[in-house]
Amino acid sequence: MAQWVLETKKLSKEFRGFLAVSQVDIRVQKGCVHALIGPNGAGKTTVFNLLTRFITPSSGAIFFNGVDITKKKPAEVALMGMVRSFQISAVFPNLTPFENVRIALQRPLGTACHFWKPLSSLDTLSDKIMELLEAVGLQQLAHRPTVELAYGRKRALEIATTLALEPEMMLLDEPTQGMGAEDVERITELVRKVAAGRTILMVEHNLKVVASLAERITVLNRGKVLAEGHYEEISRNPSVMEAYMGSENG
Amino acid sequence: MENSLNKKLLVVLLLIGLGAPFVVYPVFLMQLYCFALFACAFNLLLGYTGLLSFGHAAFFGGAAYITGYLVKNAGFTPEMGILAGTLAAAAMGFVFGILTIRRQGIYFAMITLALAQVVYFVALKAPFTGGEDGLQNVPRGKLLGLVNLGRTYHLAGKSLELNLYYFVFAIFCAGFWLLYRTINSPFGQVIKAIRENEPRAVSLGYRVERIKLLAFVISAALSGTAGATKTLVFQLASLTDVSWHTSGDVVLMTLLGGLGTVAGPVMGAFTVVSLQTGLSSIGSWVTVVIGAIFVICVLLFRRGFVGELSRIIKKVFEGDLPSEDSGRIQGRQEGKQAPGPGAASG
Ligand SMILES: Nc1ncnc2c1ncn2[C@@H]1O[C@H](COP(=O)(O)OP(=O)(O)O)[C@@H](O)[C@H]1O
Ligand SMILES: [Mg+2]
Repeated sequence: MAQWVLETKKLSKEFRGFLAVSQVDIRVQKGCVHALIGPNGAGKTTVFNLLTRFITPSSGAIFFNGVDITKKKPAEVALMGMVRSFQISAVFPNLTPFENVRIALQRPLGTACHFWKPLSSLDTLSDKIMELLEAVGLQQLAHRPTVELAYGRKRALEIATTLALEPEMMLLDEPTQGMGAEDVERITELVRKVAAGRTILMVEHNLKVVASLAERITVLNRGKVLAEGHYEEISRNPSVMEAYMGSENG
Repeated sequence: MENSLNKKLLVVLLLIGLGAPFVVYPVFLMQLYCFALFACAFNLLLGYTGLLSFGHAAFFGGAAYITGYLVKNAGFTPEMGILAGTLAAAAMGFVFGILTIRRQGIYFAMITLALAQVVYFVALKAPFTGGEDGLQNVPRGKLLGLVNLGRTYHLAGKSLELNLYYFVFAIFCAGFWLLYRTINSPFGQVIKAIRENEPRAVSLGYRVERIKLLAFVISAALSGTAGATKTLVFQLASLTDVSWHTSGDVVLMTLLGGLGTVAGPVMGAFTVVSLQTGLSSIGSWVTVVIGAIFVICVLLFRRGFVGELSRIIKKVFEGDLPSEDSGRIQGRQEGKQAPGPGAASG
């Protein structure tokens, strides 16, 4: 059994002749917070889409806990314990935060197709829902329409929903993107809290957040792995600085 | 409190339904119920699952023919005829669903329309459908072999088909209740989630295709119930029932009354059927009038009239809730990040 929760072998994705992801080998250690960084268009979101099987690789293989998941369906990957968030906020906007979390919690009950049961059959989940909402500071807003929530709170809700599945591994795509400093801090603390006992792979632009959370970092540039290592190693690597700073300023 | 209010309202409506045939022409009422049930079934798909089918006449009309044939030629009792029509519509829904459910948006609408046209041509050409004439003089028969549904009562100079009326009213109530239950069930929550954000539902581990297929089958089955019942009311199954006009009408009814509201399609169906009946003297101009009303409604009330009404009632009861602190900024940020689904589709 591998010590890697997640491992890719020569993972590539081509979009009509354009190589968005090229020969990527990523290995994520169990229990680790692993960051995937790189300039815009580097292929980070595409890697996430490949890992969670939302798109099919052109070549290469993906292993989750040593099991080849290259040919699995996205819902199957989720059931195996790897759950993703999205770069665009992934909430159910016309449901309340309470209902958002309930959608995730009811899935293991296996009642998704039970159209003859009343909603009260889900009442047993209420305590757990409130617990999760409290963990992300949303208990006061539990029954408001989610569309009305501020952006940062939607991201927090998204994390609560993902957590509800108690996934072994969480993939977070830019959880702090587009947030003010206060929200960034709140989400950082939240990720730190939920990282206990599970593995996290996150795409993050904010290097302060990366420095404070990530134990290992993979740098992606033009679809290729440029470097991998600890924050100090990475930040001293001249080619990383060049790729990163170059296009960050451009 | 709101709950007990709803219960009282329901009892009042039930009493109105029981008394209505003594005031309004029963066949007209029964027609309303059939189309209302049809629209509610359709709304399960469009309003709650987010799938626009342009082929629902295939289930409505398909069941109408099957029930008509079985009752007329195979001696089925009315309730068995309706049951058979419903099951046949469910089976057709399953086949349509298998073929279309992976498609999105306009492709889904187009394929359902194309399949419905196939059903239309079968209805036109098949030996047992009566071609252009349809199936006429379908007997109303005896419910459970006991109660004569064709019986009319003569009261104050009017002839009332009360047996049939209460039978149809009961079917409508049962169908409506089943849809209400479906919407407010664990399954109902999941289809709403799929409507709201399908990739997210997938990422939470839901097999959305199966779930959408089930929604499609339920919607088709109850559309079939509506069509089958209609055959007994008019004693006729005709090409109109399977035509694309009927598919279009049900879209109109649902949008008019309010997408994704429980009562909306009922109101929409009542409006459209009343207009079609009341204005039948002006011939094909009815279409123009209904079209104009539709345009006005869409411009004035985006949520349909029931949607708009419930918003106003909510406002009156709860006071106008201010939205969360940075609610305004949120709109801008989401606009910026809108082009999401492209990245998630394979
Ligand atoms: N579905 C797609 N079709 C074509 N090109 C795509 C698709 N998704 C992503 N790309 C391209 O792949 C590259 C990497 O995109 P992405 O993974 O979103 O980058 P990042 O998340 O690192 O900013 C970009 O040049 C983008 O235009
Ligand atoms: Mg990205």
